[in-house]
Amino acid sequence: MFLALRDLRFARGRFALMGAVVALIAVLGVLLSGLASGLADAGISGLRALPVTHLAFDEKATSEQFSRSTVEQEDWETWSEVQGVERAEPFGNTLANAQVTQGAEKGEQVNLAVFGVEPGSPMAPSPSSGEGLADGGAGIVITQEIADLGVSVGDELTADKSEVRLKVVGLVDETISYGHIGVAYADLDTWRHLHYGLPGDLPEAAKRQATAVALTLEPGADVAAAEKATATRADTKETSFGASPGYTAESSTMALIKGFLYAISALVVGAFFTVWTVQRKAEIALLKALGAPTGYILRDALAQVVAVLVGATALGTAVGLALGSAMIGKAPFSLSAPAIATSSGLLIGLGTVGAVVAVRRITAVDPLTALGASR
Amino acid sequence: MTTTSTDHRADQDAAGSGGLRLLDVTLTLGDGDTAVTALDHVDLSVAPGEFVAVVGPSGSGKSSLLAVAGGLQRPTAGTVHVAGAELTALRDKERTATRRRHVGFVFQQSNLLASLTVREQLLLPLHIDGRLDNAARARAGELIEAVGLAHRAGSRPHQLSGGERQRAGLARALMTSPAVLLVDEPTSALDRVRSAEAVRLIAEQTREHRTATVMVTHDTAIMDAADRVHEMVDGRLS
Repeated sequence: MFLALRDLRFARGRFALMGAVVALIAVLGVLLSGLASGLADAGISGLRALPVTHLAFDEKATSEQFSRSTVEQEDWETWSEVQGVERAEPFGNTLANAQVTQGAEKGEQVNLAVFGVEPGSPMAPSPSSGEGLADGGAGIVITQEIADLGVSVGDELTADKSEVRLKVVGLVDETISYGHIGVAYADLDTWRHLHYGLPGDLPEAAKRQATAVALTLEPGADVAAAEKATATRADTKETSFGASPGYTAESSTMALIKGFLYAISALVVGAFFTVWTVQRKAEIALLKALGAPTGYILRDALAQVVAVLVGATALGTAVGLALGSAMIGKAPFSLSAPAIATSSGLLIGLGTVGAVVAVRRITAVDPLTALGASR
Repeated sequence: MTTTSTDHRADQDAAGSGGLRLLDVTLTLGDGDTAVTALDHVDLSVAPGEFVAVVGPSGSGKSSLLAVAGGLQRPTAGTVHVAGAELTALRDKERTATRRRHVGFVFQQSNLLASLTVREQLLLPLHIDGRLDNAARARAGELIEAVGLAHRAGSRPHQLSGGERQRAGLARALMTSPAVLLVDEPTSALDRVRSAEAVRLIAEQTREHRTATVMVTHDTAIMDAADRVHEMVDGRLS
């Protein structure tokens, strides 16, 4: 770094400009990562919170399974008897609209992502205030996002279409969402009323239905046999995220934007170091003439690249974190350490790749050009 | 090479074969119809402490002579010995190491690195060789003093005059205690008075440091300081 550091100091204006570009890209990288995690949270945090490993859907539903799939009581009963299946229970998923009919925000419209679960099972919520779900009570446990609309424990909502009255019995004070809508947990019969939009008594057939079988599988479970017997298909919980509305489109859009960002950054860094190396050609020839091995010059140049990239990325990430912290709560935004570390790491890594391509031309410089008037 | 350069040189002095020796060196550039004979059966021996000037018009092969003598370029035929080692028999890596330890180059217009101070220019060759220690720092101080740049030790090239740059380049070339000092057109950027001063300094340092010095120039006015003068015409040395 003998020369690299002195060059950095000597040409600090030029390096500062390039560093500023990398730093700004790092800021954008942090914000995009935050937005991607925020969107993912808004889309599938409800599914992520389910204490299961797999979800088995009707095999006829091949996309948007959460709205298209229907499974029967026999299905979860069959699944629960299969070797290696720790638990199998019904899971209902539906989006519903309701109106506050009792409470501070009376008359207010609310959207609910209703998760139908068996009261008392591990799937049922553990409220931080109020009570949990009970069978046959038409009670719901809401989550923070719905509470933020002004709904609180003790209020009553009335669902559109089915006219079912939903008593808010408990609150989980976490932001748990599905498809950008706050999750409300209900017992399965209540869920069925909401899902089918039916008031009064449910038809017999409907009483035996749910959206999917929620599975907790041990390694080596005989999944294939159970799938065949029930005409269902078991996806891992993570795979099922893709079946929720908009999730795949959102995450692939964010990935595309980030991908372009890293590519642009690598090209900017590559272009800068190409120009820089070309400008240094006479000095590189001189170094070689003085007897510097090519490895010495390459190491020096790469140390400079890494120093600039690490410095600029660290600065940009710090600024991004400061801006991001201010955005939490105002936008679907959440900061996750692994996502930011990956983003910064990629910026440094790909920038280095771009620069390596540029400084490789050091090897081609002929020390002979240090002699004569050709400098 | 396990011995240090100074020890090695002392050995070679005793054996009478130190310094620089070119035997029947020919360098052909290009091939076929466009081939040019840059060096044509050149013989040249320079003893430690001897200052040889090579004059000739541009294109006569002077720069090629330095390139071959300093191991920047392999001759087509013939052998080059530097400090007792046969440069022409070495592989590229060893040739580079020999150049680093035993050859000092003073380039035309001095060729300094823009971001380094005069003191750092001098330390660089030893950093490259992994020998940057307090002894090196002390030697840099002495050489800066010897070439009269003590007041400029912290200045960068753009703050120096042409003559000062030339002196910094000379001091840098001497940092590794080279057996061979190769000087390329030292006066091309200097006026008459400064040219004479620069060459006098080179002659002085040649004796002081016992280097085998070859200076190529087209400036016939500066040859008086040299022990011997050769003329180069069309790749032939007289």
